Amino acid sequence: MEAMELTADTAAEQLETDADRAFGFWIYLMSDAVIFALLFATYAVMSRNYADGPSGHALFDLGHTFAETLLLLCSSIAYGFVSLAAARGRRAQALLWLGVAFALGLGFVLMELAEFNAMIAQGAGPDRSGFLSAFFTLVGTHGTHVSFGLIWILVMMAQVAVKGLTASVRSRLLRLGLFWHFLDIMWIGIFSIVYLPGVLQ
Amino acid sequence: MFDHWLGKLTIHVIPYDNPIIMSAAAFMALVILLVLGALTFYGKWTWLWKGWLTSLDHKKIGSMYVILAMVMLLRGFVDAAMMRTQQAMAAGADPGYLPPHHFDQIFSAHGTIMIVFMAMPFLTGLINVVVPQQIGARDVAFPFMNAVSLWLTLAGAALILLSLVVGTFSRAGWTGYPPYSELQYNPGVGVDYWILPLVISGVGTTMTGINFIVTILRKRAPGMTLMRMPLFTWSALCTSVLMVLAFPALTVVTVLLGLDRYAGMHFFTNGQGGNMMNYANLFWIWGHPEVYILILPAFGVFSEVIATFSGKRLFGYRMMVYAVAVIALLSFTVWLHHFFTMGAGANVNAVFGIATMLIAIPTGVKVFHWLFTMYRGRIRFTAPMLFSVGFIPLFAIGGMTGVVLAEPPADFMMHNSEFLVAHFHNMLIPGALFGYLAGYMYWFPKAFGFTLNDRWGKIAFWNWLIGFLLAFMPLYMLGFMGMPRRMEHYGNPAWQPYLVVAAVGAVFIGFGILSLIVQLVVSIRARQKNRDLSGDPWNGRTLEWATASPPPPYNFAVLPVVTDVDAFAAMKQAGTAWQRPARYEAIVLPRNSGLAFVMGGLAFACGFAVIWHIWWAATATALGALAAVITRAWRDEQEYTLSAAEVQRLGDARFADLENALAAAVGQSETTGNQPVPQV
Repeated sequence: MEAMELTADTAAEQLETDADRAFGFWIYLMSDAVIFALLFATYAVMSRNYADGPSGHALFDLGHTFAETLLLLCSSIAYGFVSLAAARGRRAQALLWLGVAFALGLGFVLMELAEFNAMIAQGAGPDRSGFLSAFFTLVGTHGTHVSFGLIWILVMMAQVAVKGLTASVRSRLLRLGLFWHFLDIMWIGIFSIVYLPGVLQ
Repeated sequence: MFDHWLGKLTIHVIPYDNPIIMSAAAFMALVILLVLGALTFYGKWTWLWKGWLTSLDHKKIGSMYVILAMVMLLRGFVDAAMMRTQQAMAAGADPGYLPPHHFDQIFSAHGTIMIVFMAMPFLTGLINVVVPQQIGARDVAFPFMNAVSLWLTLAGAALILLSLVVGTFSRAGWTGYPPYSELQYNPGVGVDYWILPLVISGVGTTMTGINFIVTILRKRAPGMTLMRMPLFTWSALCTSVLMVLAFPALTVVTVLLGLDRYAGMHFFTNGQGGNMMNYANLFWIWGHPEVYILILPAFGVFSEVIATFSGKRLFGYRMMVYAVAVIALLSFTVWLHHFFTMGAGANVNAVFGIATMLIAIPTGVKVFHWLFTMYRGRIRFTAPMLFSVGFIPLFAIGGMTGVVLAEPPADFMMHNSEFLVAHFHNMLIPGALFGYLAGYMYWFPKAFGFTLNDRWGKIAFWNWLIGFLLAFMPLYMLGFMGMPRRMEHYGNPAWQPYLVVAAVGAVFIGFGILSLIVQLVVSIRARQKNRDLSGDPWNGRTLEWATASPPPPYNFAVLPVVTDVDAFAAMKQAGTAWQRPARYEAIVLPRNSGLAFVMGGLAFACGFAVIWHIWWAATATALGALAAVITRAWRDEQEYTLSAAEVQRLGDARFADLENALAAAVGQSETTGNQPVPQV
């Protein structure tokens, strides 16, 4: 009897702790949003500082960016299916969708790296002008976040495979989901503030 | 062939030809050796590792923060004393004793250390020790993350201290303004020694902010609504919000400057599309809220100390809460007043000038409420109370000079002068440091179980007060006389008498610091005599005084139920304080972890490697840190359970102490009057 009470207590405490963690993670995301906000502002200030170098119009390829966007947003949808599978306790399904989210996210990072490489190869690297410094830093910060997200997805795949969908694992999956969707929102900001005006000007 | 393995690091970066630096280094080495020797001699290594370095107990983490702050206060003071001596000497033909490049490093280090590595750890330490107890919680929300914050802060502080011996520190001032801080004008490692510690400790501070927002909003005892929280907790909440929203700006601005320096980018360079004005904006978007991060916790301490030692509830509690919140909000609307002279235009300057003056309103509300709290109270002039009372008039003077500076036309005259130096020291010494020292003396018995010597506390106060007035009032006058800040040498002999007076002030402040050391030594020696058995040495009003001194790891065996502001005072009045629980329950506590310590060590090594361009080591330590995070994220069992019997044993010991305290209090209650009488 006492043992049962203790487990009920522990379960309630676990729920409470997970809720604390989710709340704390939201606050972390807000502070990360401040980082992005300042990088966006810096980009806005420097977006015409070409220093006789190339402009966004000459460098950006909307088709490439569109494909990147599709990959990232589809990865987010795949993560939505991870959440559904986790809520229903379907381990194999959760693993499968985590794998899909990872592959799509990896595709995004590789496309971004290809874009960066091409730009650097034609002499439009981050050291070329203030505009390009701001561009590489803003987009690169997002890409770094996505890369860490990919590592996190791998860790969670291992945890789901080894531990199963325990309460702690599910609560970690929830926070990873918040992070992954947050990066979508930041990317939509990048698409609309960096690439679209760059191509249209 | 191993040259490139060590990046820019060679034996020649150690300034062995400079006697000042070498004697400082020798002194530091001696102190470290003495500490290590003492630990070995007394066989205390296990005690240190298990009891402190790996502890996730918020009270111990808080104490370690305060110890760091005290050490850095000493270092920062030595810098200050050197500057005062140099400026008192170096008029006209006399060059003084410090060469310019050394003087520039000293004022850069003084500002960085005092703000980021003295004041920040001090207030974070006080919040750590006190806030969970004030809200009736057993722990913070994220005890492990709390330890990581501490060790990241320590890693940053260690890097700054190391810059004294290995390489040089920044010469670009504590604000590090480009283009001077760019590679073109500062090709050495100095600015990097400024950037890396700020980035590393800034991450730690952001985590502290997150931790305490969650702790305060979600872990309060039953019945403690937001409007029943003690003022110190309110100020800690507002400070935490500011930390979370402002510190990312410091991270961004220092990283961007770092990208300019390391990757050849052009954020703030001359030419190539750089925009150095953007630096000023980003820096002060952090820098101004930072001022309130420093001052709000001190306001919280004053509110607690003044209410306790006046024997009264804080006057106008609700208005005090609103005032703190409004100050926190306004702190984000005034950053541009740090660079009115940048030329943003008259209308922009006017908006920020008016916003700045507005802050005087909630601050004035607070000053009057402290005065009204004392009005008709039974005031006990203990050392913490003296610091609080001394703060009020000095802070009013600082506030008035702040309103003067808030007017753009006046600021154009005073900008970059000694007037400004006097103003912000006037805000931060009485406004912040007096508060921390008051909090240190007020809560010391709670953390360590015995009270500090009050007489030496008072001597420290008078030295600080006189020293402050002598050191900084002449600087106001020098500002009016046109003396710019940061002068290594000057030609105007009319300035010298004032600078000599300021140097005398520094001597008094030195005595103030010495008195603090003496106070600590005297008190430790007399610790048996001054044991705080009741856990409530001041007849306190808030919940932290309901626990034992020092509290057990879980603070409260039974969570208190709160019915009013000043929960503990209400309990004492209703006769419900110190009630022996009917039965004790098992309590879950975080298990010790050495991983946070390891992470701090890796951050230190990584920072050092980046400063010296040792890329293999930077990569290896960064990967190590990632591995540490993943290791921690893998573990599910991070707690242990303290059995009900053990909790009972600690509880019984606590009540035995209380009975002794009662016996002692009956014997001497006539003389002290205001002492609490525990009813067991």
